[in-house]
Amino acid sequence: MNERGANAAATDTATIAYVLRLGDDALIASHRLGELVSRAPQLEEDVALANIALDLLGQARSLLTCAGRMEEQLTGVLRTEDDLAYLRDEQQFTNCRLVELPNTDFAHTIARQLLFSGYAFELYAALRDSADDTLAGIAGKAVKELSYHRDHAARWTVRLGDGTRESRERMKAGLDAAWPYTDELFAADQVTRSVSEAGTGVDPARLRPAWEEFLAQALSDAGLDWPETAPITGPGGMGGRDGVHTEAFGYLLAEMQHLHRSHPGAAW
Amino acid sequence: MAETENGDRWRERFDAMIAAEERIEPRDHMPDDYRRTLVRQIAQHAHSEIIGMQPEGNWITRAPSLNRKAVLIAKVQDEAGHGLYLYSAAETLGVTRAELLDLLHEGRQRYSSIFNYPTVSWADVGAIGWLVDGAAITNQVPLCRCSYGPYARAMVRICKEESFHQRQGFEMLYVLARGTDAQKAMAQGAVDRWYWPSLMMFGPPDSESSHSERSMAYKIKRFSNDELRQKFVDIIAPQAEVLGLTLPDPDLRWNGERGHYDFGPIDWSEFNRVLKGEGPCNRQRLEHRRAAHAEGAWVREAARVHAAKQAARAEREKENAA
Repeated sequence: MNERGANAAATDTATIAYVLRLGDDALIASHRLGELVSRAPQLEEDVALANIALDLLGQARSLLTCAGRMEEQLTGVLRTEDDLAYLRDEQQFTNCRLVELPNTDFAHTIARQLLFSGYAFELYAALRDSADDTLAGIAGKAVKELSYHRDHAARWTVRLGDGTRESRERMKAGLDAAWPYTDELFAADQVTRSVSEAGTGVDPARLRPAWEEFLAQALSDAGLDWPETAPITGPGGMGGRDGVHTEAFGYLLAEMQHLHRSHPGAAW
Repeated sequence: MAETENGDRWRERFDAMIAAEERIEPRDHMPDDYRRTLVRQIAQHAHSEIIGMQPEGNWITRAPSLNRKAVLIAKVQDEAGHGLYLYSAAETLGVTRAELLDLLHEGRQRYSSIFNYPTVSWADVGAIGWLVDGAAITNQVPLCRCSYGPYARAMVRICKEESFHQRQGFEMLYVLARGTDAQKAMAQGAVDRWYWPSLMMFGPPDSESSHSERSMAYKIKRFSNDELRQKFVDIIAPQAEVLGLTLPDPDLRWNGERGHYDFGPIDWSEFNRVLKGEGPCNRQRLEHRRAAHAEGAWVREAARVHAAKQAARAEREKENAA
């Protein structure tokens, strides 16, 4: 392979890894919200959280399918959305750790949603200009959905922050718990450097100012201070993008994958 | 509404509207027992929708494919939506959702007993769609012509969505029945467990139904429990053959003379046990509901306090501007 060929292949591998991590983010964020169905504080929230879970699942399916097809071009072997969702082990998932954090209470869920959907909104807004047409198409749809998701989270942040003393304390605790996992969203690595050079993806650091602006507005409307909990890095500085997750993640996958794995090769 | 000196006249008008198949609307005078019957029935229906989210919601995190997971979340979300329209329909009769939820949580209003059965395998999600939603539609389609306008209109939309759910359930069982041996056994096991309870969903036999007569006279109900049950069996018996699954009733067979399927006797003692609260999940379903409600109390309170603060702030701004 000549030098150009090697570069193109490296870019492809990076693009696949990039699309896969976006798909994993959406899949796991959706799964956590799916856990809450029938447990919401009021019926309207059961509808809203299920709706957001469905949007994210739709995004995950498009992204995983896209990653599988890209990989097939490279390897000749196709992995479907279900192969990727159900047959990979914990260390092969590259979602950020933020989306796997448990639903400790409604405020923790809202905090996670606020931080994640604020970031994902900026991400998909930028990806509408991706050099990869499929990714640009997925982003065009996702950005509309995320605009609602972040609005939903921001409004609840304000209600909880401005509501009662208890709701304020809980919202603060939720933000403090999720905040340490936000640096990971904006960290650059070989994959993001490669896709941003190729124009298929974006440099995540570029998304941070707009995300901070959105967050500052939501927190100010809620009368809440900027969270100050220190970042939590994984062992050896590795995190979700390296396949190193929180302990809670293994249980999530065990539950999600067990039925599919119990019937190898079955169609559903 | 108490009968006034003009009571006879509005009563005549009400009876004439019922006879002429006209819709009664919230602002119309209506007899107290008509209102009570409707509140009881609509509330029970709304409660069934939200309790019904639990047995199927039980499988959302374990759905074996992403497609099935999406279909299941959408379905359970529809049930929450049905709960919303139905509580709204009940509110047109002068009760609030909060009151009705309290009655549910205190065990003073019922929900459909079918949801007191557990979903012990993935195929139960399919069996609920095919049999439970199928029975619900058979019950509910005539309610689209119910004499009370808001309820009838809510039912039009609900029936469209339920019919979609029923087809999804059928299709899911169809795939399982053609899958591996384990999948086929899973499907058959689910049908074995859900068949009889789904027949019980139509309520006790006509000879023993306590509310039927009045509901029929008021055109809230259009067909008797036994008529609807027969209609349902006539629909699902041939569908079971298409599925390649067996309905667990040795007496089930076509009766050419009657033009209907005959079916075996229903074990009403089981129905009565579950109704009395001794089903496999009665306690669990209600506790889950109560816990969600109790855990959400601080959230609802925060929303209420925030709204009040907002209103006060807007008021102050208006005063300052003046």
